[in-house]
This record gives sequence, C-alpha cells and structure tokens, in this order.
Amino acid sequence: MNILTGNDLATGDVIWWTGNGWSRHVEDSVDVGDKGAEIAQAEVAARRSNEAYVIDATIDADGKVRPAHIKDRIRALGPTVRLDLSLKPADPSVGNWVI
Amino acid sequence: MYAYDKYDQAVVDARVAEFRDQTARRLAGQLTEAQFRPLRLMNGLYLQLHAYMLRVAVPYGTLSSRQTRMLAHIARKYDRDYGHFTTRQNIQYNWIKLEDAPDILADLASVEMHAIQTSGNCIRNISSDQYAGASADEIADPRPLSELLRQWSSFHPEFSYLPRKFKICVIASAEDRAAMRLHDIGIELVKKDGVIGAKVFVGGGMGRTPMIAPEIRDFVPFDEVVSYLEAALRVYNRYGRRDNKYKARIKILVHEMGAAEYTRQVEEEFAHMKTLGLDPPVAELERIAAHFAPPPYKSGLTDEIDRSDPDFALWVDTQVKAHKQPGYAIVNISLKPIDGIPGDASSAQIDRIADLAERFSFDELRVTHAQNIVLAHVKKADLYEVWKSLKADGLATANLDLITDIIACPGLDYCSLANARSIPIAQKIAARFADAGRQKDLGELKLKISGCINACGHHHAGNIGILGVDRKGVENYQLLLGGSGAEDVSLAQITGPGFDENGIVDAVEKATEVYLAHREADERFVDTYRRIGMKPFKDVLYA
Repeated sequence: MNILTGNDLATGDVIWWTGNGWSRHVEDSVDVGDKGAEIAQAEVAARRSNEAYVIDATIDADGKVRPAHIKDRIRALGPTVRLDLSLKPADPSVGNWVI
Repeated sequence: MYAYDKYDQAVVDARVAEFRDQTARRLAGQLTEAQFRPLRLMNGLYLQLHAYMLRVAVPYGTLSSRQTRMLAHIARKYDRDYGHFTTRQNIQYNWIKLEDAPDILADLASVEMHAIQTSGNCIRNISSDQYAGASADEIADPRPLSELLRQWSSFHPEFSYLPRKFKICVIASAEDRAAMRLHDIGIELVKKDGVIGAKVFVGGGMGRTPMIAPEIRDFVPFDEVVSYLEAALRVYNRYGRRDNKYKARIKILVHEMGAAEYTRQVEEEFAHMKTLGLDPPVAELERIAAHFAPPPYKSGLTDEIDRSDPDFALWVDTQVKAHKQPGYAIVNISLKPIDGIPGDASSAQIDRIADLAERFSFDELRVTHAQNIVLAHVKKADLYEVWKSLKADGLATANLDLITDIIACPGLDYCSLANARSIPIAQKIAARFADAGRQKDLGELKLKISGCINACGHHHAGNIGILGVDRKGVENYQLLLGGSGAEDVSLAQITGPGFDENGIVDAVEKATEVYLAHREADERFVDTYRRIGMKPFKDVLYA
C-alpha cells in the first residue's frame, strides 16, 4: 500500500495522511493509491504539511499499518535509543516493531 | 576568551531579526519551502527524521559558563531536555519547532552565539585543539588565529556560495588532537627562525572519498594567513566542480589538478592578493590575541594528587592530562557512559559542567571533536572535588581514548541521510567492553561509527571504524581497520563483507583479540595493525 507522510510545518512533527487530515500516529494512515502526489501538492500548498511524500507500507499481522523501510518506521516511532521520547513510551517492546 | 565587539553583536542581532521575518513569512505562506529551505539552512535549521534540528556553532569549541548555561536553557525550554555535542565541536538540538527558532536564535545572540554557517556551501565553524592555551606542547595558542578566521569567513561575500561546504581546522602542536589533516584546509602553527607562521595543508576530508590533505606551504607568515587562505579558496571557487556534488569538495580538485599545480595557482593568486592589502593590521591581530591572554594562574601550587581513592585514581590516570602551568591539569569529561549515547548531555548535566567551569576552570570549557568536554585549567588540588561532582551527575566515566570512548554520529535514529543506526552499535560495543580492566589492557583504541558514507562519525579515521550501510532495507555494518586522525594520520581500510547488528560487535571483539595475540611491548592497536597488516585480522574475522 502507499501511504503519505510529511512534517507539520510549524512544529516539524512527523505526520501521516488519514484520508481527511493528518495524524501523528502511523496506524491512522490510509492507502492513497495513486493519489499521493496530488494530495501532497494540495496539503503542502495549504501549509498543512511540509515536504509531503509517498512511501511503501504493509499491513502487519495485527492489522496495523507498517512502513516498509526501517527509516520510515523509526520516523513513525521515534529514536530507538530514546524510547522514552517515542510516541509509545509506556510500551517496552515497541522497539521490536521497528526492527 | 573572545568577547563580541559592537560590530559582531550588530551582525548577529540583525541576522536574528532577518530570520524572524523570514520564518513569519514562511508560516504565513508567503514563502514556499523551496524558497525558505536555503534561508533556514543558512541559520543552521535542518529538517531531520523526527523534527527540525538546530545546529549551533561553538567557535573552535570554546564556551563560557554563561554560554553553556544558555545551551542548557535552550535544551530545557525548546527541546526535550538534552543536546547532542557533535564531531565538529558544535551542539545540535533534535526536536526544534520552526515557530520557536527565531526566539532560540535571539537567546543565543544574547550570549554571543549563533547558528550561522552551520549548514550550506560556505566556510563552516573553525575547529581547533581542545587543549589550546593549556597544552605544554603548543608553540602558540591556536585560538586567536581561529577567531580571526571566524571573523574573516563570516558572511564572506566571495565564499558564501562555494561549490561545497568547507571546513578549516587550526592547531599549534605537533600532536594533532583535532584531525587537522582531514579538513578542507588544515593549519598547523609552526615556528621558523623564531617567527610564528602557518604550515598549510589543503584537500583533506572524509565522506565518500576520504583523503589526507597534502602540505602545500611549509610557512606562511602569521600576518599573511588571511591573504593565503583567500588565494586557496579563490582557486577552489574558480575550478571546483559545481556539476556534481560528489566531486565538488576541494579534495577532489586538489587530487585531480594535482597538489603541485594547485599550489602553483594558489601561489600565483597569493602574490596578487598580497598587493590588495586585505590582511588585518597588526593592531587588530593584537586586539584579538588579547582576548586569549593566559588566565590568572596562581603560583606555588602543589603538583601532588591524593590518589588514595582508587576510583578517583583511575579517573585521574585516564581523564586528566598535563598542563603547561605547574599545579594545574587538563580535565577531560567523558560524554560516553557505557549505557549512554555518545555526545548527548542532559540540560542538568550541561548546567553542572558550566558550574564546574565557572568554579574551577576560569569560567570556560571546550567541546572536543570526539564528543567530550574539557575543563582546560583545573588546579590539581581541586581535582578530587571536581571528580566527586562529576560522579554525582553521571559524568565521571573514565574511558578517554579507550575502546568505549566511541565517536558515533546520530545515525538512523535521528538523521534523514543515514542508512543505518550508529548509536545502538556504540552502546552494544560499550557494553561488551564495559570492564575497566579490559579497556585499560587494550589501551588506546579509537573506535568511530558512521551511519552513512558521509562519515560524520569519522569512521575512516578510526583505529577501528564502522560504516553502516543499507543492504536491501536491512542495516549492515562494514568494518574498517587502521585509521587515525592524529599526527600519524591514516585512512582505515575495509576488512571485507559487512556484518549484521550483532555480528559487528563480535567482529570488533575478534579484531581486539587478534591485536592482543600479536601485540609487542607497548604497541597500540593501530601500531600492531600497521606492523602485521590486514591479513591476520581477515583470517580470524572471516574464518
């Protein structure tokens, strides 16, 4: 599947396209099919995202969206060496999701 | 240390106001990202993996306590309570909001700091020896020239759009603690017939094409250095390739043109430059030098150190170096705790270091390219108190230049250019070699890790180097051996096929075992490697 990601213009936060807006959580992503570039252009023009682009992703065994490349999984979670700063600081096993 | 005059302050304040306006226009949609990107990069503001990242210049690695406290304040107020000291003696913040960036730059300007020219194809922060002004082996303090070059290179109109970024290093000792010959221009202050001048090396660097800078001039009179560098940069600016960013660094030009021809052209340009009267007057050189006058050392101090506490004695043996002034010592503060992140320090730790510098080291400190901190002028009688304070804040690790004193770039955990993570590898290696006795037995062993070929982790200069690569979406690590960034500079060579995340830790351990099996007398790891060559290592690594 193709999902759309970018950074919030003002805060720089990593954001993911949900179909009708942006979320900080990759699991909220939707498949944008071949519409990614078009959505990205509109969202960047509206200053709701900075440098948006499409990446490959899959649905994992739990039915959740998982970016195909490790770089995007680290973007989605946070630094693997500072899980206390990740989006799921209370989950000690969350680093396994990246690897 | 140097203090801004009214011109320095006006320039930095004006830049803050300019960037505040540019940021407001970007947030209001009056500038596109394509228009804004080069503007934010000129102010050190990158967009990295998780957020905006701000790289703040620490000129030649020197900070006052006041400046250091401001760095802690920024970490606390605008970031996530920590900063990352880099391999170019700077500090980076990883979680900056664009809307906060102008306020941060204003805070920095209030303590005579900025983030100007920490990105872009311009002359970057001048790096230098962290022991400047304190080491017995220097022929002069390298900081006055470093400061002169900072002023010369700041907003230099001719060199603001070079073919590629440009890094200059100044040292003044035969012992190279700053990887001088791995810079675009390396300057070693030397004395000739009783007169101080500069030996100039041009065309070094790491990255995808590592090169050691050849010497192009054995002596440039001190008061002509600016003209000489103008000439060196002019030839590069004229002929450096702008069609291919991978061939745009000056090292490629010097290599392809040949050092002799490059030198000839620089000399020709230098002869012309000298007629233009660009070099600063002696009075200006003296004005700058006066800022770096030796601090008011006390005389008659003891050189005795009470070593009755064994942990303290171990720390002294590892972290404390000789000072030129009787009764004083140079203290190296490790930012490499075994379970830590190389170069990271919390705001509380940064504040504590500032306190110690204020109380015990004439109110200043240094950042090293090895991502550690130095208190350059500490009374030996105060060492125990300094150590106790450092210990209380997790800053008393004793591992300077040992295998756990690892240089590591931020890698894929933070950097959008990286192909693999560096920090977890550093942590695993540090854990494997955590035993202090084992580290001491291995002796000096400089291990450096980069998460991509850009080599911010200086892997080419590691006695053991590690390069992270992306192999079909999986992290893989190449092992390199035999590099050095010191006065015996050499480039590390790849051993062979790479290893996975755990395999690279085993490979490092095997390399140390080969070293121990072949070590003669007091050879360091790199000495043994140079004597026996790569084959015995490969035989074990790939058996």
